[in-house]
Amino acid sequence: MVGTVMLAALFSPKLSPISNLAETWFNILAAVAFLLGGTSLFVHHVRKVNQQEAGWGFSLVTLVAFLLTLLAGLLKWGSPPAEQTPEYAWSGSYQAEGSVLWWLYTYTMQPITASMFALLAFYVASAAFRAFRAKSLEAGILLVTAIIILLDRSGDGTWLTAGLPPAASGLTISSLTVTIMGTFNTAGQRAIIIGIALGVAATSLRILLGLDRSYLGSDD
Amino acid sequence: MLDRRVIFLLMLLAVSIPLLTNATVTIQPSPLVQRVFDLVEELPSGSRVILSFDYDPASEAELSPMATAFLRHCALKRHRMILMTLWPTGSLLVERNVTKILQGEFQAAELKSGVDYVNLGFRPGNEVAIKTVATDLKGLFTTDAEGNSTATLPILTDLAGAKDADLILNVSAGFPGGREWIQYATTTHRIPIVVGCTGVQAPQLYPYLPDQLRGILAAIKGAAEYESALGAKYPQYAPASQNAGIRRMGPQLYAHRLMIALIVLGNLGLLFSKRSRRS
Repeated sequence: MVGTVMLAALFSPKLSPISNLAETWFNILAAVAFLLGGTSLFVHHVRKVNQQEAGWGFSLVTLVAFLLTLLAGLLKWGSPPAEQTPEYAWSGSYQAEGSVLWWLYTYTMQPITASMFALLAFYVASAAFRAFRAKSLEAGILLVTAIIILLDRSGDGTWLTAGLPPAASGLTISSLTVTIMGTFNTAGQRAIIIGIALGVAATSLRILLGLDRSYLGSDD
Repeated sequence: MLDRRVIFLLMLLAVSIPLLTNATVTIQPSPLVQRVFDLVEELPSGSRVILSFDYDPASEAELSPMATAFLRHCALKRHRMILMTLWPTGSLLVERNVTKILQGEFQAAELKSGVDYVNLGFRPGNEVAIKTVATDLKGLFTTDAEGNSTATLPILTDLAGAKDADLILNVSAGFPGGREWIQYATTTHRIPIVVGCTGVQAPQLYPYLPDQLRGILAAIKGAAEYESALGAKYPQYAPASQNAGIRRMGPQLYAHRLMIALIVLGNLGLLFSKRSRRS
């Protein structure tokens, strides 16, 4: 019913208040989903630790980190007083500089996630050497395209083709990158986007018309 | 066959030596980035700009330079800045930008929270939150990050939602991000939007140029080009020491050169092995 109203509201402004109400409900549910997700994560890992399943040590680390972060935020551990109410301790934001949550975020979460992301550079370099080979025409085209984009993104592309005459300006690395991204990539991406949109519209219609009930756990 | 550990060591050297020696690259803004810069520059002072920083610490190294450059530019132009994030782990990054740039670098300008800028913090809801922000911003963000009611904030007077903003500057690391802003808010309400995104996201955003999306800053190079444009217009921001994006182009240059060398080497190996098999 909500789906039908949301769809109809696109064509009739009179239905906008109902559509806005549905959006508000969704935003409230999205906040509640955090509670549900947290509870599910907690129960799942407690069970793993309890039954000492394979990898239960990692579950224990997850539980400790989860509870520590949750308590640091809920109890506003170490939060400094707010500027407006300096006489009340912990009246500042739970994530203000100096609070335990701020410390956990700055000195554990941030370096850990940044390091994980940085590791990609090493794996991508290794993968480029092992897998990026012109074994066929298609692989060759992909290879040349990748090198052009890499040259442009690094800044080397500018000086490499700086000596080209004006008549050949379309062959500079930056021009080739613009052509690749603006023409070939855009054409391919648009085809994918339109294809996905049609698929989503068809699936949504099936759900709205009751033809697809798999989201309710049915096999239909 | 080159040992994987040798490749790792080479990559470590390619990144760390330029970092330690502060090697930089001369950057000229591309026409696409210059267009983004001009768009922010040509807005009259006092324009309302929504800055949605939808990224987390994992992509901070790639995206924080453009977030900083956007904030600096808006503060220099005295635009009214409405900051928010749709990523739960992004709220502290927004807070840090406010503290470092608006309250630190621009201390002399005496920018006031609630008047010149507001940090709305994080709200869940992804696409639906974006849809709500477009029409009923104060309905979704009933308070700002400091707990003040948004109904009484001067900066939000006469602003029902993002549809009344003059520009949206989105820094995006994935979902929800630039694509969702375009699909659920800016296209419907015809709000100009610019997206600064990670390198892997850029190809997905090109199809929306130039009507639905006014410009893209792609990865560190996009940020460095924007910083370069900012430095050309405002000389106090010209030195490389002020610009993380320009500084990070050095390590990226050598890492990319190494990648290209490895690809060439791998293909030469393939060529020689084919020849030796034939002979």
